[in-house]
Amino acid sequence: MIRKGAAILILLAIGALLMPVERQIDADQRAAHLRKPTLNLELRERIGQMGFLAALSGFRSPLAAILWIEAHNAWERTEWGRMAGLFDTVTTLQPRSPLYWDMASWHMAYNASVAAREDPKQPSEILRQRAERQYIQLGKEILERGIRNNPDNAYLQNQLGIILRDKLSDDCGAADAFLKASELPGAPPFYARAAGYSMAKCPGKEKQAYELLKHLYDKGEDERKPSLISNIKELEKKLDVPPAERIP
Amino acid sequence: MLNSVLPIAKNTLTDLIRQKVFNILLVFALCAIGSSIFMAKLTFQEEFQMLKDVCLGAMSIFTSLLAILATAGFLPKDLEDRTIYTLLSKPVPRYAYLMGKLLGIISLLFIFTVLMSVVFCVVLWTREQTVLAETRNATAGMSAEEIKAALKQITDATFNLNLLPGIAIIFIKSALLASMTLLISTFATSQLFTVMAAAAVYFIGHLQATAREAWVGDVTTQWWSKILVAIVALLFPDLQAFNLTDDVIAGAAIPLGIFFQTFGLGVFYVMIYYAVSAFIFSGREL
Repeated sequence: MIRKGAAILILLAIGALLMPVERQIDADQRAAHLRKPTLNLELRERIGQMGFLAALSGFRSPLAAILWIEAHNAWERTEWGRMAGLFDTVTTLQPRSPLYWDMASWHMAYNASVAAREDPKQPSEILRQRAERQYIQLGKEILERGIRNNPDNAYLQNQLGIILRDKLSDDCGAADAFLKASELPGAPPFYARAAGYSMAKCPGKEKQAYELLKHLYDKGEDERKPSLISNIKELEKKLDVPPAERIP
Repeated sequence: MLNSVLPIAKNTLTDLIRQKVFNILLVFALCAIGSSIFMAKLTFQEEFQMLKDVCLGAMSIFTSLLAILATAGFLPKDLEDRTIYTLLSKPVPRYAYLMGKLLGIISLLFIFTVLMSVVFCVVLWTREQTVLAETRNATAGMSAEEIKAALKQITDATFNLNLLPGIAIIFIKSALLASMTLLISTFATSQLFTVMAAAAVYFIGHLQATAREAWVGDVTTQWWSKILVAIVALLFPDLQAFNLTDDVIAGAAIPLGIFFQTFGLGVFYVMIYYAVSAFIFSGREL
């Protein structure tokens, strides 16, 4: 009994000694985004007690995988609302996983929005358009949250640009998103070209677009794609660039 | 001391490998990892998120289970079949006996982790080759740059060296759990109690960081609540520190500094729990 008591005291003393070390490791892991945000009660309601327990016990990623498969089933049954809820849960469990953000956003902004626009049960054209816009907006918001959680991810930033360009016809916003994407580590060269093309369509940014595209053109043959050349030529006309400075 | 520790470790390892618990867990783990290849096909995209989530999750679950179940059983078993008396009647100190047992269990966990990692790599590689071939067919006609980017995205998403530190952390967490279970088993009266207590500590350990911050950050004001969170914070290990695979799955790397800090913390816990176990066990009446 004395030994057991002494053992507990030893463990308490070691716990006290280790506390600053553990706090330091905790802080370092948080700084490196290796610790996940605390799970809240709202999430507990959504994933149930067992799921919450699993998530608390360090099995967030398998749980997220299971819920993702459930979202897949919801997709097959075109239950968009349920799917959006499941996506929300999955991305909360695994906020540092770009794939989840990307796919969740794509499903909402593309699949769900088109399904809402062509919903045969909704006779009102205005309401169908409204639902379509809401889903597109939801897709955009998912990506924005994804980017906040993964600020260094060029791919998510690029996807935001694509939604702004293709779904919301916001060329200025798309140009900004593509430009940010192109400046992030690991960005492929076509992100910068996409920024230039959107910028060219953004009123007031033509000069900046020309400079960017010309800079890419000057990089060499690899960058001189037909669309890049045609964009530069259009901008040269628009900006009245002297013939001597124009590209051949 | 090594002369007595190593044979005990070797015997423990052989004994554990022959036990049903190891074989059953191994079969389950390998099935879970192997079948994840079909799970990956179920999802929206032919990517590897699912595969890694399920495989690394299975590795984590099964190593933790094995650590607790294998360690909880050895003392009651040795007492029951009286091998402990034969061993301790020889010039084998009790601490050497415990160390041999712990080393045997840790060796088993190492082998278990390596086996699962090999299957995981094979599954990942097989899937990668299939997806690469499918992507090459699907992207025919696209620009070389886009095809290159798509293929790179696939290869980046599959096996990379960043997974190894994640797997090493899974292993050290299981070793920690084994040593913690060993500590519990030195004063427990039954195997069932040891398993239940170890499972409880496992769950509490994952909440230790929350309790610690509640205590240090003065979140709670009631005295009894303060004492409770202080006990949790001081007495239990911070197991949440060993859950680093989530980011590894997403493709991020564990910075080397953090990896060594975490691994070192795990090793330190193993040593401390072993030392306290030896201290209790040396005074136990057999």
